[in-house]
Amino acid sequence: MKSPSAAPADSAGQSAVKTGAQIIVDELIAQGVDTMFGYTGGVVLPLFDRLYDAPINFIVPRHEQGGCHMADAYARASGKVGVVVATSGPGACNLVTGLANAMMDSVPLVALTGQVRTELIGNDAFQEADTTGITRPVTKYNCIVKDVRDLARTIREAFYIASTGRPGPVLIDVPVDVAVTGHTVEGPVKMSLPGYRIRTKGHARQISTAARAINKSDRPVLYVGGGVIAANASEELRALAETAHLPVTMTLLGLGSYDQTRAESLDMLGMHGSAYANYAVQECDLLIAVGARFDDRVTGKVTTFAPNARIVHIDIDPASISKNVGVDIPVVGDAKIILTELAKQTEYRQRKEWFDKIAEWKEKFPFRYEQKSPGIKPQYVISEIWRQTAGDAIITTGVGQNQMWAAQFYKFNRPRQLISSGGLGTMGFGLPAAIGAQIARPDEMVIDIDGDHSFNMTMTELATAVEHKLPIKVCILNNGYMGMVRQWQELFYGKRYSKSYLKNPDYAVLARALGAVGLTVDKKEDVSKGVEKMLAEKKPCVVDFRIDREENVWPMVPAGKSISEMDGLDILESMG
Amino acid sequence: MKHIISALVENKPGVLAHVAGMFAARAFNIDSLVVGRTEEPQLSRMTIVVIGDDRVVEQVRKQLARIVPVVKVQDFVGQPVVARDLMLISISAPPEKRAEIFSLIEIFRGKVVDIGPKTLMLEISGPESKIEAFINVCRPYGIKSLARTGTIAMPRQARVEP
Repeated sequence: MKSPSAAPADSAGQSAVKTGAQIIVDELIAQGVDTMFGYTGGVVLPLFDRLYDAPINFIVPRHEQGGCHMADAYARASGKVGVVVATSGPGACNLVTGLANAMMDSVPLVALTGQVRTELIGNDAFQEADTTGITRPVTKYNCIVKDVRDLARTIREAFYIASTGRPGPVLIDVPVDVAVTGHTVEGPVKMSLPGYRIRTKGHARQISTAARAINKSDRPVLYVGGGVIAANASEELRALAETAHLPVTMTLLGLGSYDQTRAESLDMLGMHGSAYANYAVQECDLLIAVGARFDDRVTGKVTTFAPNARIVHIDIDPASISKNVGVDIPVVGDAKIILTELAKQTEYRQRKEWFDKIAEWKEKFPFRYEQKSPGIKPQYVISEIWRQTAGDAIITTGVGQNQMWAAQFYKFNRPRQLISSGGLGTMGFGLPAAIGAQIARPDEMVIDIDGDHSFNMTMTELATAVEHKLPIKVCILNNGYMGMVRQWQELFYGKRYSKSYLKNPDYAVLARALGAVGLTVDKKEDVSKGVEKMLAEKKPCVVDFRIDREENVWPMVPAGKSISEMDGLDILESMG
Repeated sequence: MKHIISALVENKPGVLAHVAGMFAARAFNIDSLVVGRTEEPQLSRMTIVVIGDDRVVEQVRKQLARIVPVVKVQDFVGQPVVARDLMLISISAPPEKRAEIFSLIEIFRGKVVDIGPKTLMLEISGPESKIEAFINVCRPYGIKSLARTGTIAMPRQARVEP
């Protein structure tokens, strides 16, 4: 085949005959893509051929799911759109978990999949899957491009849809014959999206109604989600909290949007949130939700959530408003714009009684753990990591106890510092996420605080980290259980630990076999030194911390209870 | 409460699957759904009848609007609308009953569209209640087969039905 690759890479939009594959690569470069993740295969060979000498840093995971999580975390850490490629059939199917993860957490992602030749579609061809059908519910938008003339426009639209409004994953499926068909791209590429409109400004009257409600409120609480980070609105959030003097609680995905070392921070709320955040929400007279979606892990029993409060809800997605909880003052728009406007229209109020009450709760119910225990407490490991990194590392997590302890005991001070699978709760997210984050932020310390069973799910990606010489740290809080499942079995199923433990490998040996550094820490007195060694390591480093096997996450709001009805407060108090 | 929702959508493959999939995924029930082309070749109109309380239907409307190829969504609830279904119904009609059947068709402003030796195929359109009433009227003769569309609707300009 005569190669059209002689055309310069920035020739998108100019008239020269290009193959579909070349159009894709040129359009990616035109979109500013310099890093991609993905796995090759039969029908994406034309595309990978064009990527061979493209100026794009390409990371090949060991499994497409890992690649999708890497692209997801790359997007979360950088604020750019993550890009992942997979072949047809199994390749595309393996992206599904990663796409669902990005969809739930509103992460801008573009996935490109190969498809069998157009004339074979529907014939159960080799490695054929109905990719757009399978991924429709887990993408913000997807489509198959059957005509090479639509390719450049569709890719441009994909980036636009993924990164604007409420961000999300977009998948473009490209049959192999389209990738090899020649086409002359003439003139500028124009998008055609008559059904896609975003309201960013916010309704002026709604904003002033919200501002008046804030000014009148004696017991306000700001409840902040990942939307504030997606909107790059942390500065504006801080300004509003300062100007109007408001306490701030965050969802798991919102952590980092507000500096947790500041006095107004109530830390995380919800099922494993702080008692002081949950009490404050239940007693507030005004709840100002920003870029949050009233998830059931946040609200507990929804009918008794914030029972005394009027609710302001600021969100870019109109469908999020009044979905789970009825909202009194909805404001649809971009958090950055609306928070700026609110800060202008609100005034400082002392609210001494309210802040005194909050201080009392904070004093009485801080996050605590048993310091005198002879074994290794996971909270101690995380506190040590926090101390030794001066609270500055980027943290990724698995899902379960490890994730909740990381959220409770690492105090985040800036946005994009915690990268965690919130909505979908995808075990195995931590390691590929650390890889994606480290690639996005090569000069920062990236640490995966993981659980043993979460790590087991995607540990093959350690080979990817080694190959790319990424100095990621993996801190396995190893209790030999699916810890959160075990905790529920202990509390609600009479300690019948049904299928919630597996025989683990020796992680230090495994890490070394894959070319990483592997350490084991099984004594409390070695924790500090172990963390120090881990942080000093220049290679990927796995530390297997053998923690107390039956440590629980407290406090805990049992399913179906109001968030002020927390279990474990007595346990926390007894440690004081 | 019954809501008639009208959605203008891009005439692209996958849009119907997307809309139907959204209804299924979010556990909304569709009473009927009709899709057809409009005066603009790149646009189709879906008319969807949904039964639910106002909060549920409001979510339906928002979730529909959120689908990228969905251009515009209207909920006609509380508005005067012209709403029509179309039905083809084949009933047994021995020669001695035909005069009686013809007079029924007259009353319901229907049409005979096919005549067989023992059956008649009838076409009838109108509000859903009229269609239902006609089905009941036909029952004693014996319904051979029946096909009907869901509701299509358009808001009324005039306040009085002509």
